[in-house]
Amino acid sequence: MPSSLNRLRTLLLLVTWLATGPVMAADQADPLGDRGRWADMQRQFYRDGQVTFDPRVRVEVPANAEDAMNVPVAVDARALAGEQIDRIVVVADYNPILKVLEFEPVAVAPYLAFRMKVQQTTPIRAGVRLRDGRWLVGSAVVASQGGGCTAPSTGRGVAGWERTLNTVSARQFESSAGNRLRFSVLHPMDTGLANGIPAFFIDDLSIRDADGRTIARILPAEPVSENPVFTLELGGVQRVTQIDGRDNNGNKVLGSLR
Amino acid sequence: MAALLGSALGVSLTSIAADLDIREVTNDTWALIGHTEDLTPQNRGNIANAGFIATPQGVVVIDTSASKSLGEAWRAAIEARTQAPIVRVFNTHLHPDHILGNQAFPAEALATLPPTVESIREVGEAFNDNLYRMVGEAMKGTNVVVPQTAAQPGLLELGGHRIRVMAMQGHSAADLVVFDETTGVLFTGDLVFFGRAPTTPHADLVRWRESLDALAALPFKRMVPGHGPVLDDRRGIDMTRRWIDWIERTFVEAAQAGLDMNDVLAMPLPAEWASLPLAASEYRRSVAHLYPGIERRVLSSAVSR
Repeated sequence: MPSSLNRLRTLLLLVTWLATGPVMAADQADPLGDRGRWADMQRQFYRDGQVTFDPRVRVEVPANAEDAMNVPVAVDARALAGEQIDRIVVVADYNPILKVLEFEPVAVAPYLAFRMKVQQTTPIRAGVRLRDGRWLVGSAVVASQGGGCTAPSTGRGVAGWERTLNTVSARQFESSAGNRLRFSVLHPMDTGLANGIPAFFIDDLSIRDADGRTIARILPAEPVSENPVFTLELGGVQRVTQIDGRDNNGNKVLGSLR
Repeated sequence: MAALLGSALGVSLTSIAADLDIREVTNDTWALIGHTEDLTPQNRGNIANAGFIATPQGVVVIDTSASKSLGEAWRAAIEARTQAPIVRVFNTHLHPDHILGNQAFPAEALATLPPTVESIREVGEAFNDNLYRMVGEAMKGTNVVVPQTAAQPGLLELGGHRIRVMAMQGHSAADLVVFDETTGVLFTGDLVFFGRAPTTPHADLVRWRESLDALAALPFKRMVPGHGPVLDDRRGIDMTRRWIDWIERTFVEAAQAGLDMNDVLAMPLPAEWASLPLAASEYRRSVAHLYPGIERRVLSSAVSR
């Protein structure tokens, strides 16, 4: 091949690279097929770093949501053993409120199960932000007949819901499979999208060990289900003694484990 | 009337009517037996049972099937078998496969238990939308008709039949049961399933068990369950009880072992239920309906703030 053509090709590649930038060069096709919104989601939530779809980041959802108000989601990035994880950001492409939650598995395994509301059939994405700035993303689609986000919470219809607001129930489960924490907090988790009911949701939860150190942090957003239930794998942490936090109105959450 | 209705509506009604499986239960008493399947365009939503008791002084109908066209075919089938007027149409409970044929019947004859009047008013439209999605074109023209009459539990004496109307609960917040003491035929609504897995979207398992006890204590000769074939024995009661007992035991054990909802969804069906139609899908639906409540009980028994 004549060297002038080679030079031309190199130049063209360079021009292409300059035009699209290093982030675009690292882009991959959405493994879920063209779902339309992936590019927007990436731009909005998985910024400032190379983004790669990685099968080691698993998102488990049922194929069909029986209850659009309570779709179980498990994000499992334990296969990334050895990577330094900063946080995990979960989003839903076709929800009216896109961000579902952030999870910082400070000293626990990168696993979190919870339930969420979906408004229609949507991909659920979990982006694992590594300390070196890369994003590793897992996805799954849940089919839904929808309506989960614009319906009022059911608990508000029960007299005296304020009295039980932010009540924490928690339990540690030890088995051969590991050391697991499950806890629930009583809260309406209103999205603000139902008529006349403002957004009202827990937005910060810290899970602490016996020395008061934060071993995991969850930053829920509006799509997390009413009366949220979370499941964590504690990894090396032996005992959780306290769960604390607040909602967006400043009401405190505080629960202790015996 | 039947001939008039049939000729006026033409071929489509005739073909739907031909698809209806209508069985004589005993003298003057018939049952419409729906397919033991999920709702599909192929079965037109015809998945639930219904029934009627034809007395010389009037007909008592129990449930109206799942759409305007099914309701019309069901009514035509009734009117082909009796000259007596339809005087009462009971809705056993709120679920759409039993009540969306209401508009084919005289509105003033429709009656159900007061909580069901309320719940049809609240969620009837959502049910109707859902059936349009699942069944499609066969739902054409179907509208929700809310019964305006609150059914009174007690004895209805009509044309030589002593018909006992009972208010129970457990499959839903209000389950209406019709027992014809004269013939011994018991219409259980969805408190009893046979030959397909029970559904639990509005279930209260404690109340459901109490209702199954009450049904088992009745001196019935034949039973028309909400889904499945006409029975001469308690097999439907027993199967329904075994199912809800198994569901509850499975969920309690899972919650006590710390399983998350996705873990519970992934559990395999035991051999006992492997051949029961819709067992796998109803199990999964029941996880969504019932696991959160059971899980909350298990978690809150541990610690509070």
